[in-house]
Amino acid sequence: MILTESLSKRFPRVTALDRLTLDIGSGVTGLVGANGAGKSTLIKILLGLSPASEGRAEVLGMDVRAEGPAIRARVGYMPEHDCLPPDVSATEFVVHMARMSGLPSAAARERTADTLRHVGLYEERYRPIGGYSTGMKQRVKLAQALVHDPDLVLLDEPTNGLDPAGRDDMLGLIRRIHTDFGISVLVTSHLLGELERTCDHVVVIDGGSLLQSSSTTDFTRSTAVLAVEVTDSDEHPNGIEALRKALDARGVRTEDGGAGLPGAGRILLLTADGDDTYDLVRDTVAGLGLGLVRMEQRRHHISEVFRHDDR
Amino acid sequence: MTTDSLTPSGSPDRSRPGDGAAPESRIHDIGYRGYDGPRLGRSYARRSLFAQSLRGAFGLGRSARSKIVPVIITAVMALPAVIAVATTMITGSEELPIPYVEYAVGFDMVIALFLAAQAPQAVSLDLRYRTMPLYFSRPIETSDYVRAKYAAMASAVFVLTSLPLVLLYAGALLAKLDFTDQTTGFAQGLAGAAVLSLLHSAVALLVAALTPRRGFGVAAVIAVMTLSFTAVTALQVAAEESGAQGAVNWIGLFSPSSLIYGLQHAFLDAEGPFPGNTGPSTAQGVVYLLAVVALIAGCYALLIRRYRKAGL
Repeated sequence: MILTESLSKRFPRVTALDRLTLDIGSGVTGLVGANGAGKSTLIKILLGLSPASEGRAEVLGMDVRAEGPAIRARVGYMPEHDCLPPDVSATEFVVHMARMSGLPSAAARERTADTLRHVGLYEERYRPIGGYSTGMKQRVKLAQALVHDPDLVLLDEPTNGLDPAGRDDMLGLIRRIHTDFGISVLVTSHLLGELERTCDHVVVIDGGSLLQSSSTTDFTRSTAVLAVEVTDSDEHPNGIEALRKALDARGVRTEDGGAGLPGAGRILLLTADGDDTYDLVRDTVAGLGLGLVRMEQRRHHISEVFRHDDR
Repeated sequence: MTTDSLTPSGSPDRSRPGDGAAPESRIHDIGYRGYDGPRLGRSYARRSLFAQSLRGAFGLGRSARSKIVPVIITAVMALPAVIAVATTMITGSEELPIPYVEYAVGFDMVIALFLAAQAPQAVSLDLRYRTMPLYFSRPIETSDYVRAKYAAMASAVFVLTSLPLVLLYAGALLAKLDFTDQTTGFAQGLAGAAVLSLLHSAVALLVAALTPRRGFGVAAVIAVMTLSFTAVTALQVAAEESGAQGAVNWIGLFSPSSLIYGLQHAFLDAEGPFPGNTGPSTAQGVVYLLAVVALIAGCYALLIRRYRKAGL
């Protein structure tokens, strides 16, 4: 889908991309990096809107330098910032954008109705966008990127500004874009944790160069950390300690969670080797007669990728 | 990239209200359908943008509030034409009270108001709400956007300025005035209106595109259109009173409105528009024409440059 070869972009004072070489296949790919890591610059180059200083890039097998318009006909783009006029309705706006992508009027209307429904906008689509919540605006932005049935969509920070529930909805929607709609996705974020659950493949860039590129299955296998919290009982006044001993006896390596933070000593961290570990923890806790307060996957942040590299 | 296998457990028609399937009819998830139809190119997108912007200039397809100004201005422009026709018919006069080509002269301020209200509407909103990246992430290019917006604005002004002429012409024919005279006058009027539309829209769009703030845009367009004309007229009066007759016509080169009036005098039989009832000669008119062409080309080039920068 996307191929770059030692792609660089230099501005007078900053190097936004530094000899970036990527090969991104179909599916959902996460592009992770801190703010200023070069994510948006990469997207602009891929859309053929900003020339690279050196190196080359291909999108859908077309060269970005020579075939920008052809690429833009088959690619959808959702910018990071607000980009919606407040005084028109979602329907009017998306129909207009569909026409700008070359869809004839009737098809533009039909595709708009379909797409808005798929992103979860129903009756409100006839009201002016100015009155929408952030979550609804994000959906309209997504709809305009999908309305012309592209082969690939580039989503720049689609979860920005959403509350946790909205974030989960958006991530679920992004997953569906690939599984149900058959459209490949490149999605950027500065949070690795949220992309890990959504993407097939994660690319981490930092300072404009490639830090890590791996499929999320490898990723989670090597880094899935479980956090476990249990209650105490009369028999085991320190439930966590009892659990730790019991798990050690079964050969599971554990460590203290949240050292130095509130709740330290109340949470046990352990590395999961697949589904068996979950069962083992559950059975062990039940065997000790303790209450299992929570057992969750720790979310990863970019910093952990660095730590992971050091290991 | 179609996903036909995912398509309908129920086609869209199946869950229309009234089929009695559910008390509250809902459209169920019919799965994603791909699009295999035609993808028309840039010229189609440009035409669509043109049509949308032209409608927008008269408030069509927009909120009721944005229809007020264009409707009032159009009425103000057209009403005197209706009155002129009515007087001609009642008095049985042999000619219209006002020649076609001079009709717009009295409406300088009204046309400036229309431009001030609609040019920022056409370009500032896309800049202010940062919609430009959505256009330029599609196949259209900067030049397509600028051309569509310019063509739409010029057409809107032409509709505004030619509508009263059409009314006058229709009235004149109904009143059985001389057909040849009226047709010649009408054609000259339309030609003047066309040049005015092209020139004024180019200037107004450029001024409006310089700021994403609509309020500034409105003020700036009014200032450029009317202040330049007021200044030019004041200078011409001063020149005329101090006996520098020759300078009057050259000063006329420095505002969009006086350029148009000068052109109409030189080529379209309009009365002398400048103080002292003079106007440019045919030779001077050629200079006026060149100035108009240069001004339009300059504004277009600057607009393109402006949007290159506003790209993403």
